[in-house]
Amino acid sequence: MRLPDKTCSIEDAIARIPDGATVMVGGFGVPGTPFTLIRELVRQGQRNLTIIKNDANETGMGIDHLLANGQVARLITTHIGLNARAIEMLNTGHLAVEFNAQGILAERIRAGGAGLKAIVTDIGLDTELAHGKARIEIGGQPALVEPALRADVALLHAHRADVFGNLDYVATARNFNPLMAMAADMVIAEAEAVMPLGDLAADEVHTPGPFVDHVVGLAQLSEEYAVVQR
Amino acid sequence: MSSARQRLVARAAREIAPGMVVNLGIGLPTKVVDHLAADFPVCLHTENGLSGIGPTLPPEAADRNLIDAGGAYVSTVPGSAFFDSAVSFALVRSGRLDLTMLGAFEVAQNGDLANWKIPGKFSPGAGGGIELAQKARRVVVLSTHTDRTGNPKLKAACALPVTARGCVARVVTDMAVIDITPGGFLLRELSEGVSLAEVREATGAQLALPEGDIPTF
Repeated sequence: MRLPDKTCSIEDAIARIPDGATVMVGGFGVPGTPFTLIRELVRQGQRNLTIIKNDANETGMGIDHLLANGQVARLITTHIGLNARAIEMLNTGHLAVEFNAQGILAERIRAGGAGLKAIVTDIGLDTELAHGKARIEIGGQPALVEPALRADVALLHAHRADVFGNLDYVATARNFNPLMAMAADMVIAEAEAVMPLGDLAADEVHTPGPFVDHVVGLAQLSEEYAVVQR
Repeated sequence: MSSARQRLVARAAREIAPGMVVNLGIGLPTKVVDHLAADFPVCLHTENGLSGIGPTLPPEAADRNLIDAGGAYVSTVPGSAFFDSAVSFALVRSGRLDLTMLGAFEVAQNGDLANWKIPGKFSPGAGGGIELAQKARRVVVLSTHTDRTGNPKLKAACALPVTARGCVARVVTDMAVIDITPGGFLLRELSEGVSLAEVREATGAQLALPEGDIPTF
């Protein structure tokens, strides 16, 4: 037996994303953001997207290109403070933004990936964050019901992938990537190195291959991946 | 940084006990690390997935994949660990975080904290701040005593949207160290050269005094 090869051209992988799709995008700041997949999504121009991402990157980087290109209708996130365009679009009604507590966004995604319907938490009780959410009692204590999140597509950045889609991540580039890998109907991973089967040791795998549909190798890294000069 | 702020940050560093797991928020709290000895036994956590933060690095020495939650390029120390965002906040919400130091727009006398939104002016989202404020075992606020126009930040009640209720244990400012007690604000220490009358004037709620002398820092 041999595990199947999931390597794919970036054009073909991104072309599978329809208009109106809900797309999870890995990354926290620069580390772990799939800049090359995002660039191809900008080039192909799918519209009316819902993006789920921890942050909005910085102006001129990452999903900011999707915002600038008018492709995003809705953003589910935790913090957009480093992207002036995202804040401006929010303030002028050109972008719907749903803010989550960071770890609650992570757990909603993890729950979606685990086939669960919701999580129950006391985070945000008696604050603005609780508005519109179902409030229940667990063990006599109040709690909020936070629906699980799934997406049509997840775009991930891995350090290494094998051709079957086993992935590993480095340093703080892990962040939301392994959670989103489990929570989308189609998972596309870009990787800095694509290895033959067996070169990524089973114990080193962070995301198991069965979660991943398409593997895109990066021949080179654009400037967006580099250390940000401030 | 002004000498009063330097003193604030140096005083705040003394809140960290050996062996603690600590998360330092963006801004003044991040500076606290400069006042810890290189061999001080502490584990610094950052929300984006690292326990055991090492020194901040200049761009030429930075690893493009290694930042803290504020986007600063940091390093590891022997014994550091990386993890995903769910694990990172499991650590916070399950009580493994001994201490967090956070900035504030307002702190109420019952310990309510407002530090994430000024309606109509500033609404970038709270990131991990809500869980840090609500679930760290101890929350110490580091802040100037008043805002830029001189209005008190320590108030009877928060006017701004609250980050978490009743979460703040202590406030370290450029004027004083103040605890939140069941009876409200309690003065603990005065910054060198600051009088009790000045602190009272700059505080927007009742300020109780401890018995005996008030130490300076």
